[in-house]
Amino acid sequence: MNQMTQPTPPALFSIRDLRLSFADRAHKPLFGPAPRVEVLKGLSLEIPEGRITGIVGESGSGKSTFGRILVRLLAPESGQVLFDGKDIGALGEAALRPLRRDLQMIFQDPMSSLNPRHKVWRIIAQPMKRYGRGGDRTDAITALEKVGLSAHFADRYPHELSGGQRQRVGIARAIALEPRFILADEIVSGLDVSSQAQVLTLLADLARDMGLTLAFISHDLSVIRHLCDTVVVLHHGVIVDQGPVEDVFEHPQSEITKSLLSAIPHPEMDETWWDDMPEPA
Amino acid sequence: MADVTTNSPRLILTDTNFRLWLPLLWIGVIAAAALLAPLIAPHDPLAQDLMLERLPPFFMDGSEPGYWLGTDSLGRDVLSRIIYGARIALFVSLIAATTTGIFGSALGLIAGFYGGWADRVISRLVDIWMAFPPVLFAVLLVAVMGTGLGSVIAAIALIDWTRFARVIRAETMVQARMDYVDSARIGGARRAATLVSEILPNVMPSIIALLMLEMGIAVIVEAILSFVNLSISSDDPTWGSMIAEGRGAIHFAWWVLLFPLIALFMTVLSFSTLGEGLKQRFDPVLK
Ligand SMILES: Nc1ncnc2c1ncn2[C@@H]1O[C@H](COP(=O)(O)OP(=O)(O)OP(=O)(O)O)[C@@H](O)[C@H]1O
Ligand SMILES: [Mg+2]
Repeated sequence: MNQMTQPTPPALFSIRDLRLSFADRAHKPLFGPAPRVEVLKGLSLEIPEGRITGIVGESGSGKSTFGRILVRLLAPESGQVLFDGKDIGALGEAALRPLRRDLQMIFQDPMSSLNPRHKVWRIIAQPMKRYGRGGDRTDAITALEKVGLSAHFADRYPHELSGGQRQRVGIARAIALEPRFILADEIVSGLDVSSQAQVLTLLADLARDMGLTLAFISHDLSVIRHLCDTVVVLHHGVIVDQGPVEDVFEHPQSEITKSLLSAIPHPEMDETWWDDMPEPA
Repeated sequence: MADVTTNSPRLILTDTNFRLWLPLLWIGVIAAAALLAPLIAPHDPLAQDLMLERLPPFFMDGSEPGYWLGTDSLGRDVLSRIIYGARIALFVSLIAATTTGIFGSALGLIAGFYGGWADRVISRLVDIWMAFPPVLFAVLLVAVMGTGLGSVIAAIALIDWTRFARVIRAETMVQARMDYVDSARIGGARRAATLVSEILPNVMPSIIALLMLEMGIAVIVEAILSFVNLSISSDDPTWGSMIAEGRGAIHFAWWVLLFPLIALFMTVLSFSTLGEGLKQRFDPVLK
């Protein structure tokens, strides 16, 4: 949690004045281009290497949009996105492809992000093969075992798994590439409470063991408090608070953060909820 | 963690499997007839015998043994002609549907996945194409290209590719929005590889359903073209030409019309039912 707060590690991502707008087709005039809605209004922040960074904010505040820029599913309109010192904001798909091994993502809805026509082992193994990191069935099974799924899941199809198991496959696919960065966008919002905790602890443990950098999007502050080292609070595409989790939670700078904090239902119950969690099966 | 073992629904027999097995049975019969025609046809389909003209089928008075479904006005055996007709019907439908399917689906996949100008060009082409009345179009094409099975097949492919293009484009657009496409990108897949190995398998059930439907349509189109004498030479036993001939004799030899019509109808119905059944059976999420 916050045990690593002493020396600030180097930044894996340095983001400067990041901006993005979408065309607002609903308000498109009869003639001329649609007006543009600014979704990210000049974000500047650093994501420290080897840490877990939480990204919070209300629905529509731009969390997913920001995350998708980090893994370059979206391109920024202006500003810099330095990944390991290299500006990846304007790179074309061909130039990005070798970098993508290091920019992994776990999706919110595993039902949609795991191809229903492919077996679990193939879903995990195919990216490995592309990046020359093995990619046969046994490699996939090794990755499955790291996320607590036994080998006999390898030949299942995604629809033959439970929600929690599906999300574990999503995690296995990301970590199998041994990336430097993983974006996890609300990865437990579709799960029941007990599998939520299991999946989250699993991911955090793996990230720490492998020393990888994790960006964790959530609107649940109690989860952020537990998992993250640093946190960024977004509101209407602007950063209203950022810093180590302790600092932000103890001394929130903005009204937004305060109101988000006050919305945590029973902070005193959280501790036991986490501690009672059995090790993932 | 609870292990929710949902065993594959594919192996469980249900009512809907009738929609699979009944049409498969009929198509199997027709396919066997087509393949084994020289062995099983009781007579030469072209042999005329004016002594035996308009014999009724076996269950009526005046029938001759060995002429199960009667004979036509030239004394040719109706059953043998239906059996040989199955050859032409299946051959045309197989080749025509595959050609149409590959061509139309490829365009639909490209339009739906790449969007942009590729989509605009293909969609416009589909719109223009569909403005022609299909039967007229087919007749025109065959008239220009000359009669013969090759022309019939080409006409079907040239007309009906739009059916595949339209449906597959729409399906592809739906699939292209799924997260697994982004996921493949994150995993380093190229665009074309994503289309072929991620999206295509998900669109395949629709392609197969359409293929079956198209085989049925091809049987009909071939019959129509035979009917208007634009398929192969009218001596050859096609279901369409039999129906055309039977129509003239309906008042005194209805069987010449009815039996090929039944064969045609059952075959077309079987293909379209089979298409729907297969689509359901291969839907991985359907429980
Ligand atoms: N492709 C798009 N086109 C137009 N507007 C978009 C698009 N994607 C997102 N937006 C808009 O951008 C804003 C931010 O969306 P985003 O998905 O980043 O929010 P979020 O913080 O992830 O919300 P949630 O918590 O609900 O997931 C929203 O107002 C949304 O409507
Ligand atoms: Mg979101």
